[in-house]
Amino acid sequence: MYRYDRFDHQLVAERVAQFRDQVCRRLSGELKEDEFRVLRLQNGVYMQVHAYMMRIAAPYGLVSAAQMRMFAHIARKYDRGYGHFTTRQNIQFNWLKLQDTPDILADLATVEAHAIQTSGSCIRSITSDEFAGVAPDEIVDPRPFAEILRQWSTFHPEFAFLPRKFKVSITGATEDRAAIEVNDIGLQVVKNAQGEVGFRVLVGGGLGRTPVIGTEIDAFVPWQHLLTYVESIVRVYNEFGRRDNLYKARIKILVKAIGIDEFRRRVNEEWVLSKNGPNTLTQAELDRVAAHFSAPHYADLREGDAEVAVLRRENKAFANWFKRNVKPHKVAGYAAVELSLKRTGVAPGDATAEQMAAAADLADRYSFGELRISHMQNLVLADVRQSDLIELWEETKVHGFATPNIGLLTDIICCPGGDFCTLANARSITLAKAVDERFDDIDYLQDIGEIDLNISGCVNACAHHHVGHIGILGVDKSGEEWYQVSIGGSKGSPAAIGKIIGRSFHFAQIPEVVERLLQVYVRERFADERFIDTVRRIGIEPFVEHVYATPVQEEGSLLLPAYDLIQQGTPYDVPYYSPRF
Amino acid sequence: MLIKDNDIVTDEWTVLRLHGGDAADRIAVPAGKVIVPLPVWNCQYEALQGRTELGLWLAGFDRAEDIPDAVHRFPVIAIDFHKYTDGRGYTLAYRLRKQMGFRGELRAMGDILRDQLFFLKRVGFDTFDVRADKDANDAMKGFNDFSLSYQASVDTDAPLFKRVTRGVAA
Repeated sequence: MYRYDRFDHQLVAERVAQFRDQVCRRLSGELKEDEFRVLRLQNGVYMQVHAYMMRIAAPYGLVSAAQMRMFAHIARKYDRGYGHFTTRQNIQFNWLKLQDTPDILADLATVEAHAIQTSGSCIRSITSDEFAGVAPDEIVDPRPFAEILRQWSTFHPEFAFLPRKFKVSITGATEDRAAIEVNDIGLQVVKNAQGEVGFRVLVGGGLGRTPVIGTEIDAFVPWQHLLTYVESIVRVYNEFGRRDNLYKARIKILVKAIGIDEFRRRVNEEWVLSKNGPNTLTQAELDRVAAHFSAPHYADLREGDAEVAVLRRENKAFANWFKRNVKPHKVAGYAAVELSLKRTGVAPGDATAEQMAAAADLADRYSFGELRISHMQNLVLADVRQSDLIELWEETKVHGFATPNIGLLTDIICCPGGDFCTLANARSITLAKAVDERFDDIDYLQDIGEIDLNISGCVNACAHHHVGHIGILGVDKSGEEWYQVSIGGSKGSPAAIGKIIGRSFHFAQIPEVVERLLQVYVRERFADERFIDTVRRIGIEPFVEHVYATPVQEEGSLLLPAYDLIQQGTPYDVPYYSPRF
Repeated sequence: MLIKDNDIVTDEWTVLRLHGGDAADRIAVPAGKVIVPLPVWNCQYEALQGRTELGLWLAGFDRAEDIPDAVHRFPVIAIDFHKYTDGRGYTLAYRLRKQMGFRGELRAMGDILRDQLFFLKRVGFDTFDVRADKDANDAMKGFNDFSLSYQASVDTDAPLFKRVTRGVAA
């Protein structure tokens, strides 16, 4: 993975010093909250319901074992012993004190990590395919380009105060695992007929309250022009994006308003001025960065392992885990392994400090000391020998990573929701837990097969409910929490926005609603047809009919949910709480 | 108080602002060194074009294409940030410097705070009218937040990878 040189180190160190001073000025009252808000957001610091939250960047999802150990250290020292991995492949800590945040950044700097631009109206931490570099369907490794983009976007002087946040995602594979169609800019690394590398560029995708699938703005931008082209897009957006209405400020609204042709014209008009200019990439720089991502020293192995094959036949639990959590690898004799962070009773994506430390050790012993954070909020060991799978499986069981549910119904994507977040209308973690408990039969889950269930606590759509095969959105109706259900969404290959099935439900009705949706699927599916494919084939009507055929009873045990977190009260004597409390 | 060349200097210019009932075509432009808003320049062009000591100021919503061809005639152009979070002025400054070749004084005014100065300087501003309730001496510390940057912009012609020899993979 990319290792800092002295320039990277220096910039990050200067950032820590800058933020330490800003926090100091805030605590002294010299900076008002309105002046400080943007500064803290650009360091990933949010003021949440109970405390400050900090989102730490794991650029394009790549994490070293040392960084993962540092996350464990932060969880223990500054938080309540756990952290939360996010859909943008970052990690956030929910129970921080503002005055600790500079020390956290300083600790992170020792392992070449930071929280730069993980929030705020700027170019955010870039996401990519969690199987980059190892996926059999990869055409070009996107990681060198992701790193080049990371450096270019870091403290870009023109783009620190954009109309709104700006998300970039990049993939180099055939299957889109990076959701490039729902990012402000989506980049697909491709090769043209001459075998030259370039980018298919999408623009104006995004979720939030106005979900839009990105539109192709250019089918092939040669790699040398990556920075000048992206810079031209962002410059046009900075100039013309709406600033009068927060909800209409994303680039997707601008692209819709003036049309893709006019938008493309303006970008090209701009690009003409900078193309071949100073920011043009050189082969030397690409080679330098790419060298950081050269393949590890793989052993010369044969594909397949006899003992694994035997155990798959003899041990159902192992077979289930192998089927769901082990992914193919482009090198013979290797596999990628997902460590599930989706266990019943635990918030999706949460991991304890002990788990983080254990994951770091597993990475050191089985996967060249590296991990990835997936957009599904799980961890990945990307380079595991197939002959190590049985041993690794035993170890992942000990640490609670072995739930064989990757891609299944209980591999829920979920935002922090009303339990933590000041923006939420409704709880999502608590609802995910209720769904988990209802569907805890692994045979049933295996039978249902691949399905994306996404639960967002408000229209900001942090859990990407629009692109869930089943999407659940928390809505506020006169102070009560309700949930709107949609089906047929898809995050990629191709992306689609789900359709709302009808009127909303109470919290306690949702597990039954999900069950009814699945009943229709089981009734209608062809052999091996996934839920999403059935929905695409038969449309939403049969689902709507069945869900609303009879009144949906509320599940008694969910009627008075324990609001544990709120009952604990505010934990710190810090005078800067969320306006909610 | 105005920051110029890492120093605090007395501002010799007066900024003309249009208030409630002021009409751009009728407001009186006082004598002396005055920075007028774009609408006043456009409306009173005939009367103003002979004045040498005249500056122009632009709002965030002013577009590059609205900027007069005569941009080089102004010894000073100011960009007004009505709110520090409105980043349009950065691109406007970039265009003035890099694309239109403006070499006069480029002034940042309005909601100008210490923590934006580093970025403002990079895109070509060279004078900074820090918000009145802030200490300009303190604000100047903002210039030193970072000692290097990755990208090319107005202040540096080349990105870091073309300026220095960077580290290679171990």
